[in-house]
Amino acid sequence: MPALDPILQVRNLSVRFGRASVNAVNGVSFDLGAERLGVVGESGSGKSTVGRALMRLLPPVATVRADQLDFEGAPLLTRSERVMRGLRGNQLALIMQDPRYSLNPVLPVGKQVAEAATLHLKVGKKAAYARAAEMLSRVRIADVERTMALYPHQISGGMGQRVMIAMMLLAKPRLVIADEPTSALDVSVRGDVLRLLDEMVRENNSGLMLISHDIRMVAAFCERILVMYKGEVVETLTKLEDAQHPYTRGLIAAMPDPRKPVRRLQVLDRKAIDAAGVQP
Amino acid sequence: MIEVSDLAVAFGQGDARRQVVKSVSFAVAKGETLGIVGESGCGKSTVLRSLAGLDRHWEGSISLAGKPVSKDRSREQLLLAQMVFQDPFSSIHPRHRIERVLVEPIQAMKRGGGWDKVGSALEQVGLPSSFAERFPHELSGGQRQRVAIARALMLEPDILLLDEPTSALDVSVQAEVLNLLSDLKETKQLTYVLVSHDLAVIAHMCDRVLVMKDGTFVDQLDKQDLQTGATHHAYSKQLFEASYL
Repeated sequence: MPALDPILQVRNLSVRFGRASVNAVNGVSFDLGAERLGVVGESGSGKSTVGRALMRLLPPVATVRADQLDFEGAPLLTRSERVMRGLRGNQLALIMQDPRYSLNPVLPVGKQVAEAATLHLKVGKKAAYARAAEMLSRVRIADVERTMALYPHQISGGMGQRVMIAMMLLAKPRLVIADEPTSALDVSVRGDVLRLLDEMVRENNSGLMLISHDIRMVAAFCERILVMYKGEVVETLTKLEDAQHPYTRGLIAAMPDPRKPVRRLQVLDRKAIDAAGVQP
Repeated sequence: MIEVSDLAVAFGQGDARRQVVKSVSFAVAKGETLGIVGESGCGKSTVLRSLAGLDRHWEGSISLAGKPVSKDRSREQLLLAQMVFQDPFSSIHPRHRIERVLVEPIQAMKRGGGWDKVGSALEQVGLPSSFAERFPHELSGGQRQRVAIARALMLEPDILLLDEPTSALDVSVQAEVLNLLSDLKETKQLTYVLVSHDLAVIAHMCDRVLVMKDGTFVDQLDKQDLQTGATHHAYSKQLFEASYL
């Protein structure tokens, strides 16, 4: 575990919505340095809630508690909304699942990327457009001039996600949280987008938290994987082969693999998973 | 069971006219599962919609169960093939109870009330018959997709057309739905056409796979090719590599 200068330190994070009797996230602890950390789980396992809690983007009904939640050595939870607004997009970036919903549909994409530059780099309009164009060509968008004038509905999903990455990484954030960045994309562009994200994050020497339900993809890209089930981290892995917990094994076995054909896919045995509980 | 020759579909008029499917031909035997794989926009869903009778401006010829079908289908022809859509959140009426969702195809085809078939239809897809009283929002994504499969089976078709049936679902739920589809195929002797962009799902389910690009089929892979990873075209090789990161 890279203890050298951790970007993010989380101890015993829990989130509860309203007066619900169970915590949506319960006792999650991890450190994140300049590395790639994967968070894996089914829908409802609390993986996205962790990401949003770190960004402080949960609705007011959510109660977030943690023994420690430090970003670059300073606590995050006690900061005012005003300070957080300065951090989001600047130091902390969140890339969401579907570019069709996360981009503004009534503004050209170039203008949206330039807006991020004016906000976070404090540059003028012209300089902002130049920075946006530079960033868009960095994410390998061909014909930047033309693309910048297009509206989100005129570009493909893969291109939209690249625009999102350009917008989010423009300010060189220290921590990038990517919440299912490729699940709305085709298999054929998925690899490109991930490699690009990986490359940009490495270049800035920042930390990446990749949240996904696709355990194989996460394993291919991340140095460490947190496996979440019912709001708790059941296992921390460096390699898929080390998986011990029945939940992790179940998730791996549930994926069809053409090289190992089976007549029936294995489904999760939830009784065995609940019996196994949480491994420290 | 299905024979398609020179199927072509174009959308738009004049300058905006775009040939989406360019003269494709294929046949599916009874009891076979054919997979069609390709990127978004390659025309794979359009082929499926033409087979189902949802798109009516196709050219060429389609025969289902040995009989050619026209563009405007008769009721008997519509009964042959039923479709399961990608997103179980938008393919089921949000303000109808599950029982009403299930009897709708029967009533639309003027085959009586159908209310007595609801319980058994739910049980065959592994849901309790008490779910008939529920609304779609009270069900999870996997359960809704089971309802969509049950609805497609209400008219006892010979052919099921599956348009990305699991891409909106989690891997763990995907495994359950794929197992259900395999079981149903065995017990009911169904013929499947499965469209997906996920080669892993296609390879698991299908006896034969057609690789589609820009409206034409560029490659055909059989079960053995899929296991060994053999391909006959650069594009299918690229798709294969993208599936295994």
